[in-house]
Amino acid sequence: MKRLGFYLPIAIFAGVVIYLAVGLTLDPHKLPSTLIDKPAPEFDLPPIEGFEQGLSSQDLNGEVSLVNIWGSWCVSCIIEHPILMEIKKNNIVPIYGIDWKDPPGEGAAWLKKEGNPYTLIGDDADGRVAIDFGVTGAPETFIIDKEGRIRYKYIGPITPEVWNEIIFPVVEELRK
Amino acid sequence: MNRKILKLMLGGLFMLALGLGAAWAVEPDEQLDDPALEERARDISQQLRCVVCQNQSIDESTAPLARDLRLIIRERLVAGDSNKEVVTFVVDRYGDFVLLRPPFQGDTYVLWFGPLIIFLIGGGLIFYYFRKVLKAVPDQDSSSPAKKGKRGS
Repeated sequence: MKRLGFYLPIAIFAGVVIYLAVGLTLDPHKLPSTLIDKPAPEFDLPPIEGFEQGLSSQDLNGEVSLVNIWGSWCVSCIIEHPILMEIKKNNIVPIYGIDWKDPPGEGAAWLKKEGNPYTLIGDDADGRVAIDFGVTGAPETFIIDKEGRIRYKYIGPITPEVWNEIIFPVVEELRK
Repeated sequence: MNRKILKLMLGGLFMLALGLGAAWAVEPDEQLDDPALEERARDISQQLRCVVCQNQSIDESTAPLARDLRLIIRERLVAGDSNKEVVTFVVDRYGDFVLLRPPFQGDTYVLWFGPLIIFLIGGGLIFYYFRKVLKAVPDQDSSSPAKKGKRGS
């Protein structure tokens, strides 16, 4: 009993330390999406300035694709932009863009300046479709399967590591 | 003496004013004309966490996303949704995480019962310990302290 009295508090303390060491280093901004494995929300967005075609949920059917939420105002979107361009250039997977809360014309101007990695772009000026996707901040990328269901959500800019280790493997898996 | 009391009261009033100042972020152009609906909208938005600045409710947050959600809440109330339907609309998109008061369900039992269980274990240990100590107390009258309390053994 005496030995227990000595070791028990140490064991409890060690338990608390481990619990907090894990718990306090988790990034609270990485929220799990409740939409995983559910069909992408229904939407029909108009095109951005200078484009013929917008983006609707119908476009997401039939093929594995990425839906990327961005905006010309979004600082970290420029970080992932070169990788998106690379994906487009090599025709790896179609990327559909949702231009989130951009003033008229600014999204199009940004794409003209930086290059357009998107197959189709929808103009979500009032941000309602982004909210239907449960978006918390740009950039966010959803992986959509052939049946148009959301299978993965990545929050933050896609770095080469994220592409190679997370997103591309998921895309390949979904193609099987 | 009186002056001291006056100072204290003024200080108290000042603190009260500070507390009242940190109230909400709802802007006049968002508010509904119907005071009853507006009241319900405020009530709902105080229960929902802002996903951008996570320790504020969307009622307190000035983040653009919080404003959008406040507007959606009001739209849905005007369209005739119940409070519960409006909350469900937001939870369907952002998950239980947005509820500032966690729901009482399977995966939150630890959260709700955990403190009680820890309290019971702690209380049990304290009770066990003191029962042992109390049992030893009557021995004090027999005035033989030499028997016990050999430290370091």
